[in-house]
Amino acid sequence: MIDNVALILGTTLMYSTPLIFTAMGGVISENSGVINIGLEGMMVIGAFTGATIGYFTGNPWIAFIGAGFAGAIFGLLHAIACVSFGANQVVSGIAINFLGPGLALFLSRIFFDGATMTLSINLDNKMPRPLSGVFSQDSFMYYFLGNRYATVYIALILVFLLWYVLYKTKLGLRIRAVGEHPTAADTLGIDVYKIRYLSVIFSGVFAGFGGAALSLAIVSNFRPTLVSGHGFIALAAMIFGKWKPQGALLACLLFGGAQGITVFLGQYDFKVSSQILSMIPYVLTMVILVGFVGRASAPAADGIPYDKEQKY
Amino acid sequence: MNKRKIYNFFSNKVFLFTLISILAGLIIGAVILLFAGFNPLRAYAIIISGVLGRFKYISYTIIKATPLILTGLSITFAFRTGLFNIGAEGQFIIGAITATAVGYFLHLPAIIHIPVVIISATIAAGLWGGIAGFLKAKFGVHEVISTIMLNWIALYFQNYLVYMDGFQKPGGETSYSIQPTASIKLFGEWKLSDAGFAWFNSNPFLRDLFKTPVNFGFLFAIVAAVIVWYILKHTTLGYKLRAVGFNKNAAEYGGINVSKSMIISMTIAGGLAGLAGAVQVMGVTHNVSLLAAMEGFGFDGIAVALIGNCTAIGSVFAGLLFGALKYGGTKIQPAMGAPSEIINIVIGTIVFFIAIPRMISLLIKRFSKKDRL
Repeated sequence: MIDNVALILGTTLMYSTPLIFTAMGGVISENSGVINIGLEGMMVIGAFTGATIGYFTGNPWIAFIGAGFAGAIFGLLHAIACVSFGANQVVSGIAINFLGPGLALFLSRIFFDGATMTLSINLDNKMPRPLSGVFSQDSFMYYFLGNRYATVYIALILVFLLWYVLYKTKLGLRIRAVGEHPTAADTLGIDVYKIRYLSVIFSGVFAGFGGAALSLAIVSNFRPTLVSGHGFIALAAMIFGKWKPQGALLACLLFGGAQGITVFLGQYDFKVSSQILSMIPYVLTMVILVGFVGRASAPAADGIPYDKEQKY
Repeated sequence: MNKRKIYNFFSNKVFLFTLISILAGLIIGAVILLFAGFNPLRAYAIIISGVLGRFKYISYTIIKATPLILTGLSITFAFRTGLFNIGAEGQFIIGAITATAVGYFLHLPAIIHIPVVIISATIAAGLWGGIAGFLKAKFGVHEVISTIMLNWIALYFQNYLVYMDGFQKPGGETSYSIQPTASIKLFGEWKLSDAGFAWFNSNPFLRDLFKTPVNFGFLFAIVAAVIVWYILKHTTLGYKLRAVGFNKNAAEYGGINVSKSMIISMTIAGGLAGLAGAVQVMGVTHNVSLLAAMEGFGFDGIAVALIGNCTAIGSVFAGLLFGALKYGGTKIQPAMGAPSEIINIVIGTIVFFIAIPRMISLLIKRFSKKDRL
């Protein structure tokens, strides 16, 4: 029984990880005042880049960083549109969601001989499990925390770091100021454009990491259905978590947990259909949103392009 | 007078920007093809001849475009009320499964069966869309999250139904097919009969055309577009919905019930996406099958709505463009080995440029300055 609990908690962490990375991308972008619906597309390009570099170099770390870079390029694209040209941010995000999968599959066909699925990474070259030797096998901690891919720990550290940066440092204060009231921030000498560029590019980096956490750890290749909606769920988790890193983390764990339970119950000949079980996290989210969280509270300037020259 | 109108239409900024965006998408697509070592001119030539070359191709293009026009209309409608309907995907699914169930379980003469299927699918999907509107109006739940959740619930619901006893076709991962009386395919049965076969063989042109699953779906899409245009432009309801879209607070102050408007708007949007699902089932697939991932009709509809500048007529043309690119794009793969995904890149680029009108007007200014020099 205790082993089962540990296993469920462990799988929860595993399935939450890609969502946590991507949701942090949403948190940083939207706190600076730029809506990022393109997380899905950034995740796809990250997953593809990670799997491809991982396959060709055999080094998961180079692959992971490469995925972050690929995400950053799409983040930059989104930033150019939204920050420099005052684009409709939702529309630009939708464009990213077409460009990301389009480019990923296009390149996949070129690198892998016309296949939309990349070749599998050698199992030794996947993300390592650095703590698997720390706890004795078959112990609670081993199943829960020990036997996990490195991406799990990195994601948790990232949440803490982002929380620290946003709420305890000058940079974080600037990011939030730019997201709440860019004109006031500008008056105080903060470069609104620079802060937003930085935030949106990092948003792409985190989403790229999220994609790689799928293709380098949970599975070992990229395929067209791999990401399918994870980016949107991360977006929902970010809103659900009220635009805060810690809140988004909890929301991601909820989704991951439901997935973990579904996988766990799937091992048994359970009476309830697995399709119904899969619905539960989504139904639960809606119920919680209606009952407990109430009205969403986005940063005040979220989604509003900032134009320095505009007179008030 | 009429000439003046036409001139105004073409010199319209929005129309011009859309054309420039489409051009930019095609140019970027060409550059990427060039970098990947393919001849872009040849690729585009293959796409054009693959879309317009034969009547069969045109027919296929229209069939591909039909559900996209309808989901595009769905998103357009919600957009005009200031709501972002990401849920067309799920509403499409609800429409498709309702159409399949009503089409399979009921036994009625075609003249009654077809309208019953269409109406029930539209209503079911409308209610599904209405949930998001209701949650937004009553509880302030952001429609983007609730529709994302509803999409996944709908997807798993379809998979649940496909595996249900009495609905699942034995030995397959699909449901039973709808009764022939619920089909909107033209000459669906007769085409396969001996008499039909012989008749089509003597008419090569018609044979070519009717080899495709030609159906009435496109007519439904056109009628829906006209209805959407009429509601938005010429009715009090449309005026109210658009007022809420322009400025929620001003609309409320002016005595418009904002909550009610949101629910109505999402319900109609849901119904339109559901109609897309119904038309796809009745005209093309005749059943629903297990879904591993979202099919994308709803997401493609977002691009259609945006390229069509969120107007009813725009959605029809954008849907046709999208359908043509999607169908024509599949042909460059076998012909020259170029990945057909280039189409998604082209579409993405078009949408990207549509998002940044300011950049386009800068470009225009720069070019027109040069002209003056």
